[in-house]
Amino acid sequence: MSLNWFKYSAPMNFYPLAGKLVPIFWILAIVLTGFGLYWGFFKTPDVLSDQKQYYRIIFVHVASSWMGMWLYVMMVFWGLVGLVLNTRLSFMMAKATSVTGAFMAAIALVSGAVWGKVSWGTWWDWDPRLTMSLILLFLYIGYIALQSAIDDPRRADKASAVLALVGLAIVPVIYYSVNCPNPNECASLHQESSFKGIESNILLGMLVTALGFWMYSFAVILMRVRNIILEREINTKWVAELQNGR
Amino acid sequence: MFKTFWMILKRDLKLALRRRSEIFTVLFFFIIVVSLFPLGVGFDEKMLQSIASGVAWIAALLASMLALERLFSSDYVDGTLEQMLLTPQPLPVLVFAKMTAHWLLTGLPLVLIAPVVGILYHLEAETVKVMMFMLLLGTPILSMVGAIGAALTLGLRGGGVLISLLILPLYIPVLVYGAGAINESMLQSGNIEPYTLLLSAFLLLSLIFSPWATAAALKISLE
Repeated sequence: MSLNWFKYSAPMNFYPLAGKLVPIFWILAIVLTGFGLYWGFFKTPDVLSDQKQYYRIIFVHVASSWMGMWLYVMMVFWGLVGLVLNTRLSFMMAKATSVTGAFMAAIALVSGAVWGKVSWGTWWDWDPRLTMSLILLFLYIGYIALQSAIDDPRRADKASAVLALVGLAIVPVIYYSVNCPNPNECASLHQESSFKGIESNILLGMLVTALGFWMYSFAVILMRVRNIILEREINTKWVAELQNGR
Repeated sequence: MFKTFWMILKRDLKLALRRRSEIFTVLFFFIIVVSLFPLGVGFDEKMLQSIASGVAWIAALLASMLALERLFSSDYVDGTLEQMLLTPQPLPVLVFAKMTAHWLLTGLPLVLIAPVVGILYHLEAETVKVMMFMLLLGTPILSMVGAIGAALTLGLRGGGVLISLLILPLYIPVLVYGAGAINESMLQSGNIEPYTLLLSAFLLLSLIFSPWATAAALKISLE
């Protein structure tokens, strides 16, 4: 049996597939996020050393910051696939991913600011991780701005893919420079990674919520990509048939 | 290959020297921005010294960025750029020559004018030397990374503002290390070597990748 790997890379075939997947991802997103937040709010220990109840924002904060980072990588991945294989759908995926990524980065910043206000006593501090999330949001904004400034979709797709790639190449340099602005000595307000010492119930809540956020992102990205497909393929026969069929 | 490089470099320099005002526009932009800051934040000598490094670098970033739009646009408008793409010579070399010309016309003058910042902000001679050295290391990066942005936004409406959105976040390492070294040099026990090494590393990184990335971006924009 021979597999046709590229069957679903044709927007015509992908459109109905995405339509079928969207409800599945929505259900998974609601169930997982609901479970993760329930577990995080009610099944985790009340007092955790010096932290108070407000630490529970961690479930939203960590999940959204992870998504903000992963979606950027995913966006670059689709852009790269598009540049290499010259598939239209990959660019559409990259474009659809960018908005959700920017949204997640923004949520991470806002939830972080709220958490910072109660625990550090300030909305904002020029801590490396905070600065880095802000820069990530800037990178998303640059991508979206370039994407929307170019009228020709082919050029817009390729140009923004190159921009995202360059961004990803420079991100480690930015990360290092922000993390260690003074190479002679480094300091940061955020604690060192405490992943290993984490209480298992909290970890469970966090991971499940993050998974739920993944599912939400998939659902929203697929919905958006369906719109982009329709927008770009408006003059094709199959879209016309789709309309007549209804 | 070197011949092509020289040809383009000489051509770009000659064109720019025929319209000398453009070079001075960038230079005066830099000086005006730098001298406006004390008017806004006050004339306290200690404070001026402490903000000098950041102000000088941000003014340099903006000045270099303002000139980016012209990097390809005049060649694009009269069709020269398209002809360059059609030549058998490797595009990254042509692009690299244009970057070099851009740096000679906008980056190098900023390095030479840096002592003026020193006078305006009451800096010591040692600090000014460090500032000039860091600008010398950092401004080529601005031209090279900026060229990618200029190529991507070629011929777009509102290209100038758009470039700043795309490129300014990528300039952050240059700002951090460039300004950091100047601050460090004001301390008694300051050691600027880590800064110069890191900035040189970034310079080499952009030297390797930016001509190719810019060439790819140009091909996309002119497709």
